[in-house]
Amino acid sequence: MSGTYETPGGTHETPGDPHGGRDRPGHRAALALGDDALVLAQRLGEWAGHAPELEEDVALANIALDLLGQARTLLSLVGDEDKLAYLREEREFRNVQLVEQPNGDFAQTIIRQLYFSVYQELLYGQLAGCRPEDATPVAALAAKAVKETAYHRDHAEQWTLRLGDGTEESHRRAQHAVDALWRYTGELFQPVEGLDVDWDNLRATWTTSVRSVLEQATLRVPEGPQSAVWAAGGGRQGVHTEPFGRLLAEMQHLHRSHPEASW
Amino acid sequence: MSETSQQHRARAEWPLWEVFVRSRRGLSHTHVGSVHAPDAALALRNARDLYTRRSEGVSLWVVPADRITASSPDEKDPFFEPAADKAYRHPTFYEVPEGVRNL
Repeated sequence: MSGTYETPGGTHETPGDPHGGRDRPGHRAALALGDDALVLAQRLGEWAGHAPELEEDVALANIALDLLGQARTLLSLVGDEDKLAYLREEREFRNVQLVEQPNGDFAQTIIRQLYFSVYQELLYGQLAGCRPEDATPVAALAAKAVKETAYHRDHAEQWTLRLGDGTEESHRRAQHAVDALWRYTGELFQPVEGLDVDWDNLRATWTTSVRSVLEQATLRVPEGPQSAVWAAGGGRQGVHTEPFGRLLAEMQHLHRSHPEASW
Repeated sequence: MSETSQQHRARAEWPLWEVFVRSRRGLSHTHVGSVHAPDAALALRNARDLYTRRSEGVSLWVVPADRITASSPDEKDPFFEPAADKAYRHPTFYEVPEGVRNL
C-alpha cells in the first residue's frame, strides 16, 4: 500500500509508506496508539445527538475529544496528521480491531469502553513510568493522557455496574456485549514495536481488573478464546474487520471530495 | 414500539441534581446549574463533564433538587423588603483592607 496515487487534489505520497522514515519503531508505536485513539474517537462521535440522555451525550463526546487530542499529538509525531487521518487506506491503519467495532446499543459501547480504557490506562501507566532519561515522545503523551484515561475507565466501570446489575433487559444486553467483544481483547496484548512495555504483566493486570468489574456487575466472565479462530492477523498488521471500511468512508469522504477544505 | 414498564420506569427515574462548584480554595461553592442523573455518583460525573471541563473548579457538590426548600416568590416582600431601609445592617461603616479580594 505504498507509492503515489491520484485524488481530485493531485498526486500524493501514500502517507503510511512503509519504506519511508515512518518505518522507525518510534513511529510505528505512535501510529498504533494514535490510530487506536483516532478510530475510537470517530466511533464515539457517532453518538453525538443520539445518546440515551443529554448528559450521556456530553460525556461520550468529551471522551471522544480527549481521544482525538491524543490522536492528533501521536499522529503528528509520524507526519501530517490530516493526511494520515484522511488519506490512508484501510490496510495502512494500525489500530486494534476492538476500537473499530460498531457502537451497537449503549451496552456494547460501554463494554467496548471498559475493555479498551482499562487497557489504555495500564499501557499509558507503564509508558509514563519509564525513567525520565528514557522518555520518548510517546511516553510524554502517555504521562499527560493517563489521567484522562483513568476518567474514561471510571465512566465505563460506573456504567458497566449499572447495566449489569440493573434491569433484566440491561443485564441481558450487557452480557451479550461482554461475550461479543471478548474475541477482540486478545489482540490488545500483542507487543507493539517501539513500546517498552511488560505485555504479560499488562495482560494479567487487565484480566484481573476487567474480571473484578464484571463480577461486581453480576456479569459472567467469558471463557472463550480472546481471538477469533479465523483471524488472519490483527489490526496492528493492517487487517481490519468489515465495519471499519464504512467508518473510514464516513470519516474521510469530505476531505477526499474537497481536499484541503477548511472551516 | 412501546416501551416496557421496566424501561419506562428506568427512564422516568432520572431525577434533577443541582450543581455547586468551588472555583478555587478559599471560596465557597457557587450554584452553577443542574444535571439529570440516575444516582449521586453519576450526577457528580455528569456535573464534571458539563461544568468543570475547563478548569472551572477544584471541588463539586451535587444536591438532589427536590431536597431544596426554596422561599416562595409570593413571600418576597415579607422576606426581603424590610432589609432595604435599614442602613445600619449593611457593612458600609468600615473600610475593607487592601488586598482582601473575597469578603
